[in-house]
Amino acid sequence: MSDLTKQFGKGQRTVPAQKAQKWYPVDDESQVKKVRKAIRPAKVRESLQPGTVLILLAGRFRGKRVVLLKHLEQGVLLVTGPFKINGVPLRRVNARYVIATSTRIDISGVDAQTVEKVSAADYFTKEKKAEKKTEEAFFKQGEKPQKKQVASARASDQKAIDQSILASVKKENFLGSYLASSFSLRNGDKPHEMKW
Amino acid sequence: MDTHMGMCVQRGGERLRISEYDDLRQPRHFDNKSPPPSHPESEAFAMADIDVKIAQWKLVEVGRVVLIRSGPFTGKLAAIVEIVDHRRVLVDGPSTEEKKIVPRHVLPLSHATLTHFVIPQLPRAAGTGPVKKLWEKNEIDGKWAQSGFAKKTDRAERRKNLTDFERFKVLRLRKQARYEVQKAHAKLRAAAPKA
Repeated sequence: MSDLTKQFGKGQRTVPAQKAQKWYPVDDESQVKKVRKAIRPAKVRESLQPGTVLILLAGRFRGKRVVLLKHLEQGVLLVTGPFKINGVPLRRVNARYVIATSTRIDISGVDAQTVEKVSAADYFTKEKKAEKKTEEAFFKQGEKPQKKQVASARASDQKAIDQSILASVKKENFLGSYLASSFSLRNGDKPHEMKW
Repeated sequence: MDTHMGMCVQRGGERLRISEYDDLRQPRHFDNKSPPPSHPESEAFAMADIDVKIAQWKLVEVGRVVLIRSGPFTGKLAAIVEIVDHRRVLVDGPSTEEKKIVPRHVLPLSHATLTHFVIPQLPRAAGTGPVKKLWEKNEIDGKWAQSGFAKKTDRAERRKNLTDFERFKVLRLRKQARYEVQKAHAKLRAAAPKA
């Protein structure tokens, strides 16, 4: 802070630009703690290798058997049904709510560029609606419900990724119907004693 | 035991002729090899003709092969080498396979199930070497693998270790087999004359 020179009668004096405070604060200001944690990429189980067949345990598609594509940097797994077999689209799932089976599917033929595109941070975020819902529109909807339209870009991405997976699924007997069937526990099943 | 009664049943749905009926009234003779002796006044004679046989029980005896049902050697086979007292025996299971070996030790009989197999003429308190020799000579491991019990436990073990996909395949293949059986059965039923 620079000092100022001020005229006092005939002489000049240097004065501090800002006056010193006349009092000290009563309380000591607490020091902010230093954060020594770093954001590291999530570490997932060894069994969760890309290509593994997973059983989803939570959410809308619980019980479905799906194929693991990739670990995303957001700490979640990118999975696909394939959509044609069991209706599960490209989707992010929490690794905690998943059972990894020992079945692996060859996904080396999957289009890497599309996967890259899908695994971008904002791919799954909702687009903002162009027009806000008005009260009028709400009542109108009751008469004729508007069907939700899937973005055609999403659909084509889904197709591009599933194509080669479907081909490798076809190679093995029963694999397609296995993915199409959903998992459930029956009487006497002990999931903690099962081999997956 | 095969009595004459049993043999008659085996002949199928034929009606019994009088002569066969007479046969039935002969004294019951449990030895199948020699023909039944003919006695005219058979009724009275039947009471006296009693054949005493040794019971077909499995005995705790030296040489008896037992299945161990609890403890660290559960599910393994061993032969009784010496009887310690009425509750405990000394056993030895010298199998050729490493994981089937039971070291020589005293086993409570409450932890063992007697099997049908006996190593004949196993000397009392024989050492592991001679027991092993006789064990191999009598092919105890091979005979045991053929038994229903061993087959059942093997299958249970295999079923337990199936993966999720394999369990699904079992489900599907069983369904296919069932479908074929039912189809054949339906065909037979359709072809059969209606009663």
